[in-house]
Amino acid sequence: MRLNTRMGEYGGCFVSETLMYALEELESAYLNILPGTEFQAELAEYMTKFAGRETPLTFCRNMSRELGCRVYLKREDLLHSGAHKINNALGQALLAKYMGKKRLIAETGAGQHGVATAIAGAVLGLKVDVFMGDIDIERQALNVSRMKMLGARVIPVSSGTRTLKDAINEALRDWVAQVRDTHYLIGTVVGPHPFPLLVRDLQSVIGKEARRQIFEAEGRLPDCIVACIGGGSNAIGIFHAFIGDPSVRLFGVEAGGEGLDAKHGATLCGGRPGVLHGNYSYLLQDAFGQILESHSVSAGLDYPGVGPEHAMHKDSGRVTYQAVTDTEALEAFLYLSRTEGIIPALESSHAVAYARKIAPALKKDSILIINLSGRGDKDVETVNRYLEMGS
Amino acid sequence: MNRIEEVFQKRKTGLLMTFTVAGDPDYDTSLSIMRALLQGGADIIELGLPFSDPAADGPVIQQADQRAIESGMNTDVFFRLVSEFRKESDIPLVVLTYTNLILQREIAKFYQDAANAGIDAVVVADLPYEEAGEYIGAAEQAGISPVMMVSTTTSPERLSRILSVKSGFIYLVAALGVTGVRREVNPEALRYLEMIKQATSTPVAPGFGISDREQVQEWFRAGADAVIVGSALVRLIGENLDSRQEMNRKITACVRELKE
Repeated sequence: MRLNTRMGEYGGCFVSETLMYALEELESAYLNILPGTEFQAELAEYMTKFAGRETPLTFCRNMSRELGCRVYLKREDLLHSGAHKINNALGQALLAKYMGKKRLIAETGAGQHGVATAIAGAVLGLKVDVFMGDIDIERQALNVSRMKMLGARVIPVSSGTRTLKDAINEALRDWVAQVRDTHYLIGTVVGPHPFPLLVRDLQSVIGKEARRQIFEAEGRLPDCIVACIGGGSNAIGIFHAFIGDPSVRLFGVEAGGEGLDAKHGATLCGGRPGVLHGNYSYLLQDAFGQILESHSVSAGLDYPGVGPEHAMHKDSGRVTYQAVTDTEALEAFLYLSRTEGIIPALESSHAVAYARKIAPALKKDSILIINLSGRGDKDVETVNRYLEMGS
Repeated sequence: MNRIEEVFQKRKTGLLMTFTVAGDPDYDTSLSIMRALLQGGADIIELGLPFSDPAADGPVIQQADQRAIESGMNTDVFFRLVSEFRKESDIPLVVLTYTNLILQREIAKFYQDAANAGIDAVVVADLPYEEAGEYIGAAEQAGISPVMMVSTTTSPERLSRILSVKSGFIYLVAALGVTGVRREVNPEALRYLEMIKQATSTPVAPGFGISDREQVQEWFRAGADAVIVGSALVRLIGENLDSRQEMNRKITACVRELKE
């Protein structure tokens, strides 16, 4: 590898020797193809004319009045496909095409990354196979149909926990067997180097836009930014442009599930460092290092690992990591829908829930940005079930 | 010189290295399976220390890992099992596992405990050369042979760096993809073996996808010092869970046939 593979002490390349060839090849594409003028121009074209960038930074009048500070939403929910995942999927798919790859494989939990990859594959003429745990296939049926309609093959994963973690294992197994013509389009800032860097760079467009937009709207930096964290790609995407601004407080919100003393997916809040899926980062694991099952009402946050860059920011204290429970997220889902007329993804609802918690302590003119990473159409079934149980 | 170096130095024919998962399907049966492997004439026994997320393994070994973990296998129990078997036999013992299990025990302690239990070499499926420094150092400190993996996708530059490590043997990944039975020997892998043999005097043992006597013989003819057979044996365990006796008889017979 030509670059430092570590982010602080985290990250690295913990993969079988067979995959080192593919990672070296990808790193070389990251260094030589990605920054090229031709590639950047083509990607920008897809981002604006196809995916719908830039996304608005919406000032929320009702929420601001109720919460007592100035609340903005970065509207990644308005992107084609309905979530920020498309930023990464289009970028990597185009890179794969420049690299001469014929086939994309991807893992998916909530299905948003699978849909984004299926879209990218369709528009760029690449074959797409998506690995998805059979539990997730059941709870995200809408996205499964969308992937199929887009021409992707959805391969059910029935090993292990039958969710995102095992979908990644299965994608890694496929990649190692077909490493020469296939690109593994990983959906978040996890995996071996250079994936955490590559995905971060492709998602950092969120923060770059938000920074410019908040200056246009308010003439100054925000005070707080809140984003949800499963693997952590939308959070890194919006945080990255503000890391160097110490006055901006950054909050990463993990899936507290049924509570941190029960089943949850809050890796940074409730885990400790270890190696999974090619990188060294925080993990939910037992005393011997066996990986534990995570839990969240939102499939996209149901993962026992987290991106190594977040592990670094946790240790340095630059980002504050907290968790909200399933119930709090569900309440925030309804709150944003009814207060602002925007149905958020259950993942993003975690960020909304946490913003509601910290807002009372802020001043009236404090600026708070919530990264609204995706829209909630895919979650209406889940939320309906919750409402029926409550009534 | 440890047992692994000795067995390669003294070898007159190609060696058969068997792979099974420790604790599959349970502690006692696992011990009896090791005896059955010995009886069949295995030259080196490689044991998997099972991991919940074995991304380098195919379905057969994944299921074995799962069975073992469910029956209570963990790193403590693993070392106990190895120590118990070590009282009965002087056969070289290799452990194959994943990085996190070594890391969570603390690297130096893992290798020391492994040495105390009677293990001779350690292979780590998800630890390439770049990440391996501290692990190799700890292995050498404990008198354990580190084992480096090489694949047909390994470039000549990487190969020469990997060969600079003093390995107990080189584990040649003989098929792209995960562990599991393949019908034929990959000619690219055979050519790759020749290339490694020209570059080093360290013994080379291909594994992944090798399941029958013909394939084993083909590798020996091509110059392999040892051949690793795993999934074929692990499958026999999975298929004979209702009769331990039958399981052990078939395992012994299978090893015997592979050795012929």
